[in-house]
Amino acid sequence: MEAAVNNQLVSIEKPEIVAPPDWEPVIIGILCNWCSYAGSDLTGTSRIQYPPNIRIIRVPCSSRVDPWFLIKSLQTTADGVLVSGCHPGDCHYISGNYYARRRFLVTKKLLNFVGFHENRVQFSWVSAAEGPKFAKVVAKVTEDIKKLGPLHLYKKENFEK
Amino acid sequence: MARVGVFVCFCGANIADFVDVPAVVEEAKRIREVKFAIDYKYMCSDPGQQQIRDAIVQHRLTSIVVAACSPRMHEKTFRKALSDAGMNPYLLEVANIREHSSWVHQKDKKAATAKAADLVRMAVAKSIANEQLHEISVPVTKRALVIGGGIAGIQAALDIADARIPVVLVEKSPSIGGKMAQLDETFPTLDCSQCILTPKMVDVASHPYIELIPYAEVLELDGFVGNYKAKIKKKASYVNFKTCTGCGACWQKCPVKVPNEYNMGIDKRKAIYTPFPQAVPNKPVIDARYCTMLTKGKCGICSKVCEKGSIDYKMQDEIIEREIGAVVVATGYDLWDPKPYEEYGVGRFKDIITSLEFERMVSANGPTNGVPVRPSDGKVPKNVVFIKCIGSRDEAKGIEYCSKICCMYTTKHTILLHHKVHGSHSYVFYMDIRAAGKGYEEFVKKAQVDTGATYLRGRVSKIYKKGDKLMVRGEDAQIGQVVEVEADLVVLATAVVPNKDNPDLARLLGVSYDKYGYMSEAHPKLRPVETAKAGIFLAGCTQAPKDIPDTVAQASACAAKVCGIFAGDTMKKDPMISTVNKEFCSGCQNCVTVCPYGAIVTEEVPMGHGSKEMRTVAKINEGVCQGCGSCVAVCRSMAISLAGFTDPQIINEIVSI
Repeated sequence: MEAAVNNQLVSIEKPEIVAPPDWEPVIIGILCNWCSYAGSDLTGTSRIQYPPNIRIIRVPCSSRVDPWFLIKSLQTTADGVLVSGCHPGDCHYISGNYYARRRFLVTKKLLNFVGFHENRVQFSWVSAAEGPKFAKVVAKVTEDIKKLGPLHLYKKENFEK
Repeated sequence: MARVGVFVCFCGANIADFVDVPAVVEEAKRIREVKFAIDYKYMCSDPGQQQIRDAIVQHRLTSIVVAACSPRMHEKTFRKALSDAGMNPYLLEVANIREHSSWVHQKDKKAATAKAADLVRMAVAKSIANEQLHEISVPVTKRALVIGGGIAGIQAALDIADARIPVVLVEKSPSIGGKMAQLDETFPTLDCSQCILTPKMVDVASHPYIELIPYAEVLELDGFVGNYKAKIKKKASYVNFKTCTGCGACWQKCPVKVPNEYNMGIDKRKAIYTPFPQAVPNKPVIDARYCTMLTKGKCGICSKVCEKGSIDYKMQDEIIEREIGAVVVATGYDLWDPKPYEEYGVGRFKDIITSLEFERMVSANGPTNGVPVRPSDGKVPKNVVFIKCIGSRDEAKGIEYCSKICCMYTTKHTILLHHKVHGSHSYVFYMDIRAAGKGYEEFVKKAQVDTGATYLRGRVSKIYKKGDKLMVRGEDAQIGQVVEVEADLVVLATAVVPNKDNPDLARLLGVSYDKYGYMSEAHPKLRPVETAKAGIFLAGCTQAPKDIPDTVAQASACAAKVCGIFAGDTMKKDPMISTVNKEFCSGCQNCVTVCPYGAIVTEEVPMGHGSKEMRTVAKINEGVCQGCGSCVAVCRSMAISLAGFTDPQIINEIVSI
């Protein structure tokens, strides 16, 4: 998927905004119930530790994820979003994750076009058996977002000022 | 104005040790809509549930948030508590503060507490947008499909059929019986496998409630629990089973000889064949790969000798459909190919065989009439080396797991060798002896005493040839020395691996499978026979390596589950499905295209109130909808909503962090 999102536009996020020293990013994780949510539960039952920045929202299938959710998240509370579903071919709802993948690619391009850094929204496949993988994904996403710093671009409060 | 009650669980020490539970309660109390918040040691216990029930009544709560373990664990429990208090169960939201906070942030109590508070805030915000939902009843087709006719499929089919529920049993090969039909005797009682299996096979064939479809495969499965539709391909057998008497004239005269799969290729069978003499149904099929009449158009002997005229070279594959309500998957196992063990000379030395080949040789109905022989020169071996864990517990060459049955069958093989070849001696190279099971340890101990077999704890490093013998060099870890054993025959206990068709079948059925190819159960401990897809169950080695008692137990458990689904004429269905707001629907039919179940159709409604002009809108078949939400995300007019996961609910969660 990474290869498909090529010819990136340059992010217009302003790096000069310095993060406060105690700043911790908020990341919203939208996980499908059957694979990734179950996988995140397995991470818990296996007591595998990961950074505490992610707030998980359960949806039945990654195909339920409306691009609106990503935009709304970035606009309001989140510094980054992770969407995770079943591996291709393993969707509990037969073909849902294929729709999700295509829609996500388009959304990512759109967000990139309006100036968000490509790492602000990320996508992964985590199965119900991949507890360790979920922890790794969250750690990577958290690290990526920390590098990017707090998200100010298009935040609602900036418009209201 | 919403009145939300928040109940935060300690889960003993599981949550309370890593999350400051009272602080989470205080945080919750600061939310405007929260009218009641409390913590308790075990929220799922009866006193815990009683607190919820009491608070609902006392504080006139309109929705409930339980902050505890994963909703996948106890959502049903708490929903029931709400129902018992007279509240709609779908007004519950669970904040997963155990799997998603206390267990994964054990080193940072402050962050874990803050996260738990956030998760509670999100759940409260979502619950405010929750709506009352009611379970849907759908009719049930009372017929079960069993895929695979080994001992697991046979047991499941018989148990279901005995409850007077029709069963369709589909078997890939020409006969049912599976791997168990290839075994000689079974551990730990040394029962003759055929003697306990073949009566059950006959029962299947003669049972009035079982439709046996041999030499067939499942192609498609559509629908949902209680209302599946299966497409089954009956492979062309080129023999009319209705008229064939199974007299055997055809396979006696057939001139084409090919390796016999039933005997692991040790002897030959004909191109027209029954897999073994006790086959059920005992009717031959023509193997189209080898029959010269089918490949070259020359021969036709079987047709000439058949008095009934049952041979039909023009027969085609036939696709049949069956409506069914539940599925039992019992596809069994394969054995791991030991080729990577090159240092043992696998493939170079003829006298290295696998355990199943040994099993066939010592079987009374086997290719050598029950006496093991060396494949190289046909001599009866005296010194036999058995090597366990070939592929099992071997991350480098094979797979990581223990195949479970090898310790026991190798023990059985030492006994069978002792019985059949006088003056023989067994050497067993092993890593551990795993004999967990009723009577298993006793069986191993007794076998060691009776046969006098030499057990050597350690791995074999090399096998080389010396004259007509095989020299097996390995380590005896208990004396810490390298040992060499002169062997006439080496038997490899190859690992159990899932049926190679498992991933394809799993995808076709819509159930998940693990990295090895075993199909995944819904819960490893509490739901070991169900899959995550309602109405599909797993029996035997489809799920994990198992011995016969465990397989039979699991098959019977599947039967009980299937009978449970069929106990009423209708079944309750989760109300979390999509609905269309016809006022908003523009009739673009994007949703129709993306629905994986074909659950969305269109209907004509008047343009306006009292208007005669009609327009097209989407309509959801609530029996078919599974609630994935694909249609909601593609709806341009926001006319579709998915109960339980509506846009307001999810947006509330997002903005409340």
